[in-house]
Amino acid sequence: MSEVMIAGVDGSEPGKRAAEFAANFASAHNAKLLIVYVIEWSPFTFNTPEENEQRHNRREQEIETANTSILQPLVEKLSGRGASVEGLVFHGHPAKMLNSIALDNGASQIFIGRTGGSGISQLLFGSVASNLVQTAVVPVTVIP
Amino acid sequence: MKSRIKKILIGIICLAGVSAFMTLPAQAQNEERVLSSAQQWVTGIEVPGLGYRSWVTGIQPPSTVEVAEEVAGIDALVDKIMSPINAVIYNAVFFSVPFLGSDLKLVVAWLVVGAVFCTIYFGLVNFRGFGQALRLVRGDYSHPKDHGEVSHFQALATALSGTVGVGNIGAVPILIVLGGPGAVFWMIVAGFLGMSSKFCECTLGVKYRNENPDGSVSGGPMYSLKKGLAQLGKPTLGKVLAVFFSITVIFGCLGAGNMFQANQAYVQFVNITGGENSFLSDKGWLFGLVFAILVAIVILGGIKSIARVTEKVVPVMAILYLIGALVVLFINADRIPFAVASIFSHAFSPQGVTGGFVGVLILGFQRAAFSNEAGIGSAAIAHSAVRTKEPVTEGLVSLLEPFIDTVVICTITALVVLTTVYGDPSVAHLSGVGLTSEAMMRSVSWFPTPLAIAVVLFAFSTMISWAYYGLKGWTYCFGESKGADISFKLIFCLFVIIGCSIPLASVLDFSDAMIFAMAIPNILGIYFLAPIVKKEMKSYFARVKSGEIVNYRELEKAKS
Repeated sequence: MSEVMIAGVDGSEPGKRAAEFAANFASAHNAKLLIVYVIEWSPFTFNTPEENEQRHNRREQEIETANTSILQPLVEKLSGRGASVEGLVFHGHPAKMLNSIALDNGASQIFIGRTGGSGISQLLFGSVASNLVQTAVVPVTVIP
Repeated sequence: MKSRIKKILIGIICLAGVSAFMTLPAQAQNEERVLSSAQQWVTGIEVPGLGYRSWVTGIQPPSTVEVAEEVAGIDALVDKIMSPINAVIYNAVFFSVPFLGSDLKLVVAWLVVGAVFCTIYFGLVNFRGFGQALRLVRGDYSHPKDHGEVSHFQALATALSGTVGVGNIGAVPILIVLGGPGAVFWMIVAGFLGMSSKFCECTLGVKYRNENPDGSVSGGPMYSLKKGLAQLGKPTLGKVLAVFFSITVIFGCLGAGNMFQANQAYVQFVNITGGENSFLSDKGWLFGLVFAILVAIVILGGIKSIARVTEKVVPVMAILYLIGALVVLFINADRIPFAVASIFSHAFSPQGVTGGFVGVLILGFQRAAFSNEAGIGSAAIAHSAVRTKEPVTEGLVSLLEPFIDTVVICTITALVVLTTVYGDPSVAHLSGVGLTSEAMMRSVSWFPTPLAIAVVLFAFSTMISWAYYGLKGWTYCFGESKGADISFKLIFCLFVIIGCSIPLASVLDFSDAMIFAMAIPNILGIYFLAPIVKKEMKSYFARVKSGEIVNYRELEKAKS
């Protein structure tokens, strides 16, 4: 079994750069690359009954959109680099999910772009990158 | 289409039949007694020497006759049309028999017997399933692949916003006024029992829900009655009961889920804007119109942001209310032992309550049934939205609902009243929210204002939840279509205006009757389908024990 590496993307430019960097890195190490998009979602929110009823549809749509607009173009672009590339969509807390996907797949590294925001919003909400760096079980490479 | 019309006709005939059957003996037996007790229960009670206690307002209500004279124009007209209809329906549903010196409403007995049956039949699932319910809500058993679907927590929270409402704040003081502290004890007992019937109805709701072609789900007692009884070889009975339930849920939605809530919001609004001197005090229809427009914006206009805001503010309000109540309790901590003692001692030997022990018991049970809606079947509609392979899991989660609603929130309100204003003759003119408000004001002077805001918001969120329940009953009868959808929502908005226009008494008669009528087909369904639920429950617990059903939280812990 070859080595597995994970690139977390979010549709942003740094995310794309992280995926590209990871693809090159994975090719050099003859590793498999999983490009993961985590849709921010929490099981502890308050919804209206109608939102609940439509939730399943919305989820399918969200996954569809993430696949077609973000993951597929990336996978197509990076498949030529030599490593085998696969795209995955999950719902959940981004940092936690990336971590648990890394555990489940026995990944050796996580690559992630940083959003580069600063100021109050960063203070309040933190960033996926810093959160992941604090909690990850495998080495994390943050791409600027 | 033809068969659908037939179904509805059968349902209406059944409803009319039951009404006629129950009304006739009631009238023949003792028309005056039934009417007067009904009137008494809803408008308040004449307590000798203490004056007239109104239901929720805390303002002395004018008698019905005075209202008719005072309120001119639209309000009076609406009241004139509704009152006779109310009287008939109320008597039909709340047909009561004298029982050891008190009036026992048969439908309350029906609910209590159903709850006791479930508690025994499912082997005290209300206690034994409690821990598992908490673990499910925490998400221990949800597979990461299923993330993004409606979680157990979300389904519970949505159902709770439909049940936790004005009643938790305003109706508990009435209970204490009518039945003394002892009634609180029986309310808590009924709360615990209700957990079992809620478990059963919600498991059934998920098990027999419809998954629509567009991926949305429709569930609730009407679907479990139809599909479940068909499975047992009783398709006709199932269909009739399902239509009966749908009709009652539509009216229950328009009554307790709409008119009562709108009315309460109006009354509170008048109270905080200056009571009888308020510019709105005789313009119920105007307030109703504004409220109806707000509701219409949410349910018709599809502007979900308002609903989303309320759905998020209401849980916060509920928590703030609890914190506020706990602060009051903390300030009056020295009187808590007395209050708790009185709850227990008066439960078995009440003082000065009509009907004595039995009377207190009935009052407590009735309050609990109305508050947590266990056995009514409403919450099963909300819980059906969850996507799970195991219907039992949603049943277990739902049993937390009567616990939070009745055993926690109602009890805390009761303790607030008992530790502060209970037995004080200077507040004898107050009742309902007015009494809770006064109780809190004694400890922290500015508490009544957030309380009033909470009441209006509670009313609004309960209405949004109930609009959905009613809609599900409506689409069950008329099919899932855009036209059916919009026509119901328009009717719903119209009833908001009616609810604010007619005096409380007739609103309450109508709401109570319809809500309790839902219990008739629902509990009948529970009796038929309980063996199926029991089988699923046993299998589920066995698989949890054997580890076949994976606890992902523990798995995660083991991994890292």
